[in-house]
Order: sequence, then C-alpha cells, then structure tokens
Amino acid sequence: MRNFFAFLSGGLFGAGLLVAGMVDSAKVQGWLDIFGDWDPTLAFVMGGAVGVMFFVWIFASKREKSYLGSPMPGPFPRLVDRNLVLGSLLFGAGWGLAGLCPGPAMGSLSFNGWEGWLFIIAMGVGMAMAPRFKGWLSTFDRSTLEAPPCENIPEEERALARNSRAPAR
Amino acid sequence: MQQDWIWGLIGGLMIGAGAGVFLLINGRIMGASGIIGGLIDGSGRDTVSERIAFLGGLVAVPPLLVPLYRNVDTHVSHTIWVLVLAGLLVGAGTRIANGCTSGHGVCGISRFSLRGIVATAFYLLGGALSLVLFRHILGVI
Repeated sequence: MRNFFAFLSGGLFGAGLLVAGMVDSAKVQGWLDIFGDWDPTLAFVMGGAVGVMFFVWIFASKREKSYLGSPMPGPFPRLVDRNLVLGSLLFGAGWGLAGLCPGPAMGSLSFNGWEGWLFIIAMGVGMAMAPRFKGWLSTFDRSTLEAPPCENIPEEERALARNSRAPAR
Repeated sequence: MQQDWIWGLIGGLMIGAGAGVFLLINGRIMGASGIIGGLIDGSGRDTVSERIAFLGGLVAVPPLLVPLYRNVDTHVSHTIWVLVLAGLLVGAGTRIANGCTSGHGVCGISRFSLRGIVATAFYLLGGALSLVLFRHILGVI
C-alpha cells in the first residue's frame, strides 16, 4: 500500500511538473533570469503547490499518524546554518546553469535524451560527494565542530578532532 | 503563451496534491533530492521500496501525458560541461542544504519553516546570479 501511494504521489508530482511546464529548462531559466527576459510562470506553479500544502499541513497537524499508520514528520528544525545557505547557493547556481532541479530532471528523464541522463548521473555523483564538501566547508568554521551536543564522545577525542582541524585554518 | 500562468497554476495544484498524498497517507515529506539522495548514500535504507515506487511514478507517468501535447520541448542543453557542472552543483548543493525546490520550497514554505524560506531565498539568489554569470556575462547558455 505504501508503495502504491508513493507511486501515485510521484506520478501526480511528475504530471504536475509536465503540465506546469517545469520540464522546460528554458522556462525555468526564464524565471531565474530576473535581469533579462523574466518569465513569472513559476510563481504560479509555486503558489499553487504551496497553497495546497498550506491546507494539507493544517490538516496534518491534527493527526498523530498518517492514514497508513506511520508517524507524521515532527516539527521542523529551526537551525539555519552555513550548510543550508551555501548548499542552497550551490544548488541554485546549478539550477540556473542547466534549468533542471531534481524533480523535473527525473520527471523528464524518459524524453530528455542523453542530456537528461548525463545530468542525472552527474547529480548522483554530486550527491555522493556531498559529505566530502560538507567536510571542506566545516574546515573554515571551528564553531560547527563545537556545535553538536556530543556527550558520548570523550573530551580527549573532541580535543583531538579540534587539533586535527586546526592546521587547515 | 497567454495561458501559461493558468497551466502553471494547474500544474502547481497537482504538485501540491502529490506532496499532500505523500504527507497524509505515507507520513513523509515529498522532497525529490532527499528521496534520491537517501538511495545514493544509503541513509534511506529502511524505505528503499517506497523511494523507488515514488521515483517510478515520477519517471513513468509524465511520458504518458506527453502525447497530449503537440510537442514537448525541454530545451535541454547539449553542452557536456554545462550538464556535468550543473548536475554536480545540484546534487552536492541539495544534499548539503538538505533539500531542493520540492522539499524546502513546496513542503517547507507552506508550513512557514524558517529553513525552507531561507533555503528558497538562497537558491533563487544562486539561480539569478548563475543566469547573470553564464548568460549575461559569459554568454555560454
């Protein structure tokens, strides 16, 4: 059952992306090209999707479990950190460059030629390399090493981790 | 072209419905990059079949609707370095930021998540700067 509804959800998502024109990379780039020939269509796509989900969240907040009995997602984390900001900037740069983000890239895979596949493969490699990038980002910021509460890690090991990072600064 | 915004809105409502089904029935947040990324780095080990089913629908359903249109032109780039660099940036960026347009944008903004709103502001900024650099300054796209 879970798989059936996951398939249905993915299908609705993909069909919506196609209908909205988000599989058209030129349209997406038109939306991001605010200093050029700007195309506001995507504001309607985002508005429609966010509008539906606004009511879904109100409804969801009254439930403890989903209709199939699994726990609902907890309250959203409030932490806004370097990874969120820098990761989003990198993602946006790639989104603008090719006009593809993960959803539409998958949705258009069957009719997007070798180019679509090449993008997806590169995206998979980027995802696999993300932890390494995160490590590099943290070498610029000692506070991210101190941030997580790590009661279970002995003080010696924490000091060791701090010192091993120090030369990189 | 006049009707673009109507189709955009209809498509948006369908995307919202897809995200609503995933949340209310499966109890999960519909984020494309998280669903794919969980399969790649193994963090989604417990929900592999659900992830594959979602991606199956996402990949298999749009081509069924393509015949309804006279032509669907994706205007995808044919330049290898553009596709590779963009793919790497999108893959790494979404995993570092823990979400993309669907997760942070559609599912995050709609519950006024600060992370979702900040992420959306910065990926739109990144996208706009990318167009300035690659289209208006370098002229490569």
